[in-house]
Amino acid sequence: MPETPILELRGITKRFPGGVVANDRVDFELRKGEVHALLGENGAGKATLMNVLYGLYRADEGEITVRGEPVTFHSPRDAIDHGIGMVHQHFMLVPVMTVAENIVLAVEPTRAGVLFDSESAERRSSELAGSFGFALDPHARIQDITVGQQQRVEIVKALYRKADILILDEPTAVLTPQEANELFGILNTLKREGMSIIFITHKLNEVLEIADRITVLRRGKTVETLSAAGATEAQLARLMVGREVLLRVEKTLAKPGDALLEVQDLHVRDERDIEKVRGISFEVRAGEIVGIAGVDGNGQTELIDAVTGLLRAESGAVRVDGRDVTGEGAREHFEVGVGHIPQDRQHRGLVLDFSIAENIGLHDFRNEPSSRFGWLRPSALIAHARRLITEFDVRGGTAETAAAALSGGNQQKVILAREIDRDPRVLVAAQPTRGLDIGAIEFVHRRLVEERDAGRAILLVSLELEEIMSLSDRILVLYEGEVVAEFGPDAGHEELGLAMLGAPTEKVA
Amino acid sequence: MAEPPPNQQPPASDPERPSSSHGETGSTFAGITERLGGAAVPVAATLLAFLIGGLVVTVTGGNPLTAYRAIFEGTGFNYVFPWLDDVDRARAARNLQQTLVLATPLVLTGLAVAFAFRCGLFNIGGQGQYWVGFIFAIWLATTLGEIPTVLFVPLGILAGVVGGALWGGIAGLLRATVGAHEVITTIMLNWIAIFGGRYLFELGGPLQGSVPTLPRSEVVPEWARIWTIWGNIQALHAGVFVAFLGLLVYWVLLNRTTVGFEVRAVGFNPEAARYSGIPVRRSYFLALAISGGFAGAAGAVDVLGVKYAVDISNLPASTVGFTGIAVALLGRNKPIGILLAALLFASLQVGTSSRQLDPDVFDPDLAENLATMIQALVIFFVGAELLILTIWGARGKLIPFRSRAQEPAR
Repeated sequence: MPETPILELRGITKRFPGGVVANDRVDFELRKGEVHALLGENGAGKATLMNVLYGLYRADEGEITVRGEPVTFHSPRDAIDHGIGMVHQHFMLVPVMTVAENIVLAVEPTRAGVLFDSESAERRSSELAGSFGFALDPHARIQDITVGQQQRVEIVKALYRKADILILDEPTAVLTPQEANELFGILNTLKREGMSIIFITHKLNEVLEIADRITVLRRGKTVETLSAAGATEAQLARLMVGREVLLRVEKTLAKPGDALLEVQDLHVRDERDIEKVRGISFEVRAGEIVGIAGVDGNGQTELIDAVTGLLRAESGAVRVDGRDVTGEGAREHFEVGVGHIPQDRQHRGLVLDFSIAENIGLHDFRNEPSSRFGWLRPSALIAHARRLITEFDVRGGTAETAAAALSGGNQQKVILAREIDRDPRVLVAAQPTRGLDIGAIEFVHRRLVEERDAGRAILLVSLELEEIMSLSDRILVLYEGEVVAEFGPDAGHEELGLAMLGAPTEKVA
Repeated sequence: MAEPPPNQQPPASDPERPSSSHGETGSTFAGITERLGGAAVPVAATLLAFLIGGLVVTVTGGNPLTAYRAIFEGTGFNYVFPWLDDVDRARAARNLQQTLVLATPLVLTGLAVAFAFRCGLFNIGGQGQYWVGFIFAIWLATTLGEIPTVLFVPLGILAGVVGGALWGGIAGLLRATVGAHEVITTIMLNWIAIFGGRYLFELGGPLQGSVPTLPRSEVVPEWARIWTIWGNIQALHAGVFVAFLGLLVYWVLLNRTTVGFEVRAVGFNPEAARYSGIPVRRSYFLALAISGGFAGAAGAVDVLGVKYAVDISNLPASTVGFTGIAVALLGRNKPIGILLAALLFASLQVGTSSRQLDPDVFDPDLAENLATMIQALVIFFVGAELLILTIWGARGKLIPFRSRAQEPAR
């Protein structure tokens, strides 16, 4: 295409305090009417680059050109004025307001200059959505619609502000496969209408599916810009990570033993007294990984909390290794041999201000040798941590480094080390690779399979379907608090996706 | 290679970690704060407070340098200067004794507030806990028959600790069982302690002293008093060692016991603590009880060491518990910091008291207000840490190409 690109970033450099160079002379070019994927691991500098483009950060060096004209953005307002719209990973919507109100927020149509013109807002919202071939109910409240619909509201919001350059930050992270497909449909329509789209992701399959061109970032630098046609996943992974990567988890067939975790007719209410788990029964046997698939918010959190003693079940039973632990607290669960890799490692898994040693001692500081008669023995805590740091290859700090200073992958290794080293019979892994980069994901996956082979019973709960499919020996699909389907290890995308949406499926043993 | 190097992820672009004020502002300043163990902000806050105090002195017609010099001499710290003559030295000694006597309870109430802070709790009840400790100690001293001082002093202080712990423990229990917020309950318990004290000591009250016309407690008998170690009148008493012991206990308890581990874990991240099976509610109770124990010790040391009696008019007038909040804030909940902050506030009070200050240098009536004002400013600036850091960070913007402290627009 000989025409000038609609957007061009040249030599963008952004440094952060502490000498971190998040973007190092990054070049990026967006052509009119293309979907351009920005691919990179966590921390590769994708988010920083987009924040520079959106006026949230100012670059230390480099220039931005929009439609051939050099620009300087001081705030998102400037970016919006130049036709740039951004759909953040975490939506910026007001839950109690309606779809239409959210769409026009801050640029409301008015009557007589001061009165909010809700009719006009609703009409124009519907028209805009309709003109791109999807439906939105302008009267619905954000809190009552699905995540996929909320995302569309964000897109329409950008269109309403006359954006013709759309940045989507990890848009599929929160979607089911079906919703993702619908999103891709919408993006294709937008493209045909002349919109130019930047699609930020770290998922290789998506990139190949939706993008026209791909720019790969690694450690703050542009590695390459290539055409999606003819590119392969393995090639992209190599560009992203800088070495060959194993994309599939290698594992042998499971040899399940005794049932170590038995859940029977479990009912759990959340703190707002809504029944989130509605009669679930299953078992996890020694030497197998049972995956729980499902769209977020279908009872996963409550199930995990009930199985690990953080939430009291309303009725039903949980047995670990034959022992009834129903109604017992978190500490008792740890003591009977439940290990728990929590889904939110920074909020729940770690005390960020604590050192690695203290974090590793978090469950067992009351016991010898970590303490004796109520007196802590820091040297024992540190020695223990040193051993695990070596064994689990935790990098970026010593036993006395604060957990906050570690990268996400290394933080997760600390948690993994703590949980596995306690030699649990049952390991509950909730979203164990969330937010990690490919290298760290590989490590966690390999380790989980190893622990399976060592005879532990592993309950894997994840929103990443790929993860569930590649690790699980059996897959249970959770929908509205019930197990609606069970699949073997080679279940397909399509059938799993349908079950996740609550479609009736035949149970496969 | 499997892992990116540490810190590769820029703090401000990591979606999982909402960046703190430190993350976004000047790297140099953050670096300094790190190295000094967080001392930079308190020191800057104190200097700034004195600077503004000096401005006020100037505007009201005084000379800030001579005023501050007079205040400094009033604190008695000039005792260490070798060139003082005997008269000045004796005066300085008296002043210094005063300062240390005043700093003693401030260290302990500071520790009370700090200990609760470390558990994520805000104990505003230091004042009430101080009074209950005070009352327990005086009650024991005035009702118990004579026993050797060596036996009584530890016993009396222990009584104070128990009293304070009880008072703090009530707030802790309420927080742990029904979730009543400790800020509310400790404030209410302050008033209960003050009016309870009034009831005990007023005319006809159960603990009123032997003078029937005075609403006042009995005086602590000689044998129950803490030994004087330096000076004669209102001299420095051995209670100062209790303050030092308190600092040690505070550090050991937090850093070397399982209870302290739990308290810190809960203070930093209650959800992670709960996930680890730490009884969070028990930690709340224990932290407030222990916290109250420190304040109770302050009360006991004060009554047995220097005050010897209490008049009901003293009850609402004392602010030692509240100043403890300032001490903990300025001292950053660290033992050394608390010691220094307590010394600062005590010396400000002594240095500006009308007895010490020459009226020609600075009007003594104004001086006491100046002390209060500086105190308030210090707290204001410590609280306004963010402001200071931002001002510091903004400095980078004046130097092109080296600015790295832009904050994202809101």
